[in-house]
Amino acid sequence: MAYASGQLPTTDVDHTYTTTGLNHRKLLMWTFLSSDCLFFGALIATYMVYRGQSLVGPYPIDIIDIPLTTISTFVLLCSSFAMVQALAATNRNDQRGIQLWLLATILMGATFIGFQIYEFNAFRMEGLKIDTNLFGTTFFTLTGFHGAHVTLGLVWLTILLIMGRKGKLGPAQSLDVEIAGLYWHFVDIVWIVIFTLLYLIGGFDAGPTAGLLIEPSLLSLPT
Amino acid sequence: MATATNVMARPASASGLWSWITTVDHKRIGILYGVTAFLFFLLAGIEAGVIRMQLAVPDNTLVSPDVFNQMFTMHATAMIFMAIMPMSSAFFNFIIPLAIGARDVAFPRLNAFSYWTFLFGALLIHFSFVVQQVPDAGWFSYANLSEKPFSSGQGIDFWALGLQVLGVASLAAAFNFVVTIINMRAPGMSLMRMPLFVWMTLVTSILLVLAFPVITVGLIELTMDRAFGTSFFNTAGGGDPILWQHLFWIFGHPEVYILILPPMGIVSEIIPTFSKKPLFGYPVMVFSGIVIGIMGWAVWSHHMFTVGLGPVANSVFTITTMLIAVPTGVKIFNWIGTMWGGSIEFKTPMLFAIGFVALFIVGGLSGVSHAVSPSDAQQQDTYYIVAHIHYVLFGGSIFGLFAGIYYWFPKITGRLMHEGLGKLNFWLMFVGMNITFFPMHFLGLNGMPRRIYTYSSDFGWDWLNLVASAGYFVLFAGIVAFLVNFFITVKNGKLAGHDPWDAPGLEWTIASPPPVYNFAKVPQVVGLDHYWLVKRRAAAEGHPITEAEAYVDPETIHMPSPSYWPIVTAFGVLVLAAGFLIEFPWPYIKFPVPIIGGIISFIGVLGWSFEPAAPEAHHGSEDHH
Repeated sequence: MAYASGQLPTTDVDHTYTTTGLNHRKLLMWTFLSSDCLFFGALIATYMVYRGQSLVGPYPIDIIDIPLTTISTFVLLCSSFAMVQALAATNRNDQRGIQLWLLATILMGATFIGFQIYEFNAFRMEGLKIDTNLFGTTFFTLTGFHGAHVTLGLVWLTILLIMGRKGKLGPAQSLDVEIAGLYWHFVDIVWIVIFTLLYLIGGFDAGPTAGLLIEPSLLSLPT
Repeated sequence: MATATNVMARPASASGLWSWITTVDHKRIGILYGVTAFLFFLLAGIEAGVIRMQLAVPDNTLVSPDVFNQMFTMHATAMIFMAIMPMSSAFFNFIIPLAIGARDVAFPRLNAFSYWTFLFGALLIHFSFVVQQVPDAGWFSYANLSEKPFSSGQGIDFWALGLQVLGVASLAAAFNFVVTIINMRAPGMSLMRMPLFVWMTLVTSILLVLAFPVITVGLIELTMDRAFGTSFFNTAGGGDPILWQHLFWIFGHPEVYILILPPMGIVSEIIPTFSKKPLFGYPVMVFSGIVIGIMGWAVWSHHMFTVGLGPVANSVFTITTMLIAVPTGVKIFNWIGTMWGGSIEFKTPMLFAIGFVALFIVGGLSGVSHAVSPSDAQQQDTYYIVAHIHYVLFGGSIFGLFAGIYYWFPKITGRLMHEGLGKLNFWLMFVGMNITFFPMHFLGLNGMPRRIYTYSSDFGWDWLNLVASAGYFVLFAGIVAFLVNFFITVKNGKLAGHDPWDAPGLEWTIASPPPVYNFAKVPQVVGLDHYWLVKRRAAAEGHPITEAEAYVDPETIHMPSPSYWPIVTAFGVLVLAAGFLIEFPWPYIKFPVPIIGGIISFIGVLGWSFEPAAPEAHHGSEDHH
């Protein structure tokens, strides 16, 4: 290393220098998402441990409506496509495209939330509340926190849309859109896991004897 | 728009209280963290004193059983979450940017947010003393004890919600340090040239990022059981209290390494410096730190050996727990190997570092003895465990952190702490620590359970308890010696110069205390033990380096502007959590206050995002977008 004797070795880097070349905020989002994996992991684990442990009904098989949620799942996954298009439009400075695709993402996300509100309400009418049984407790907690994530994403995308309508989004803001997109795709991916475990697999669970992960005799449950 | 501009303008004062409230300077935030953590350390130490005085003699009636429960709960909660963790955080904040050659952390405002959230969370838990609803279910608040029927007051709510807020603070800091260490190293500082303290901070931050969401979920479920009548851990509704133990310890065991890895990093800086030798086996030290971080996830059920998980689970966790002693042992041998053949200077930081190694060996060995599940069945819930955790957390973490305080104090304040008082401090703490905690090994093996508020003389535990309680006063005297040293040093301690220890780290190349911009020019790192290499070469060539990097006019270097949005957002988080303590008898919304907190946080985040970027782009901060 060449530097003057008796001097401290220094260098000149411009203000955008980062060790890895990645932007700080993008790295922050990836770090946050890794943390969120464990958050949903713990909630999903709680659901799986309590599968089929409800002492009273309604049980999943009584009220889970797979076709209905398949539609909302499809809509949510399509919103990821719109999100990708919104980023592409930002990168090519297509102002119309930015607004169109962001709006499409928001509408599809809102549709998903609409379905979820309908579903929660339908369950309530059929007698499943958060304190009814373990199914209600774990179901509403897990899907509720997922819904909260989607809602937060909707607020974020709406702010981006407002910026887009003011013409403040372009290639220079590509990273702002990309990071929101990372979050949005993550929330979608989590839903794929939830839909598979809670609906496609867990949707057929009945009372305390069916579909168990843990042998009930090992737990001294009150009868 | 005039008003809007005023609201959005960034605060500019450079001194006074307001400047501390709006500061985003990592050095100031580090000092805030350190001072706050030390105050909670003293408070938790006084709570420990109440415990020791109550247990000094049999059948004592100094405090009621209720108060005793509150004391051991708050002592452990405060020591772990409000003293040791934030004290490590203080060093992360102050030292990491200096040690990697950066001008600040990656997200200065997130850093400020982290401190204020920590302070608010700590105050929220301690507000329970004001309203006389103090948590009393132990620092791990096991279900069913923490459920409504068994803890009907609000103590557990304070505990759960306060920890939730502290968790937000820890996560915010951890995100920041992961990004800072990965992304803001000066050119030339490859991963394998990072000082050990930086490595251990990175491993600790990754553990925090992954472990805290698990306790977050556990605390959410506990709060929901208590506030909304769910049955996560409530057997009457089919729930299983063991799930709480799993969630708690899946977080709780990585947490143990979160508490010990930073002091291990500190000690790995100090021992080479005062042995005048590079760290022995640097790559192995890095590797064993990473292995501890990974294996820390595979040992949690050793806290649950007596729960009845069955022979297979107990055997597996016995083996993984014994295996994790291997990388820990490697570290101990390497510290000894570093000292071997070195020209050792017994300055106060070195004494604390050697004390750390010695006491951690004792704690580590008793740890291995309850890694074996049959042997643990004898030790579980006895004073033997209390002895173990205090050897690793007091003899380990606290000694490591005191070593760090004495080592970096000249860098932080520009003044050297008094050596004589420092040595007195060390010996009082070292002797006091052993008098207090060593007898607990025997008490535990003689069957004295943890968390009992008194005992009968018939058990034969009298004199050992009296010795342990007497040791508390020696420890206390050690802390008083530290405080005296601290105040006389701050007032008129000897000026330290930029490099009082002839140390190898980048932080010693700049003035003490460091200028606001840290490095006038971005350093080019030439190797592991950078400053040693530079100094040796300069001396060999006849131009020895005796000065710190020269001051430049701070106006010429652009630094992030102060901001008041972090404290606004942190306050919103506080209201959001504390709101769950106030229940309204309304049909649909039982808890309206958290909504207000959410709105405050949202406004805070909006203000934060749209705060005008400082006028000109600058090196490595979140502001330039």
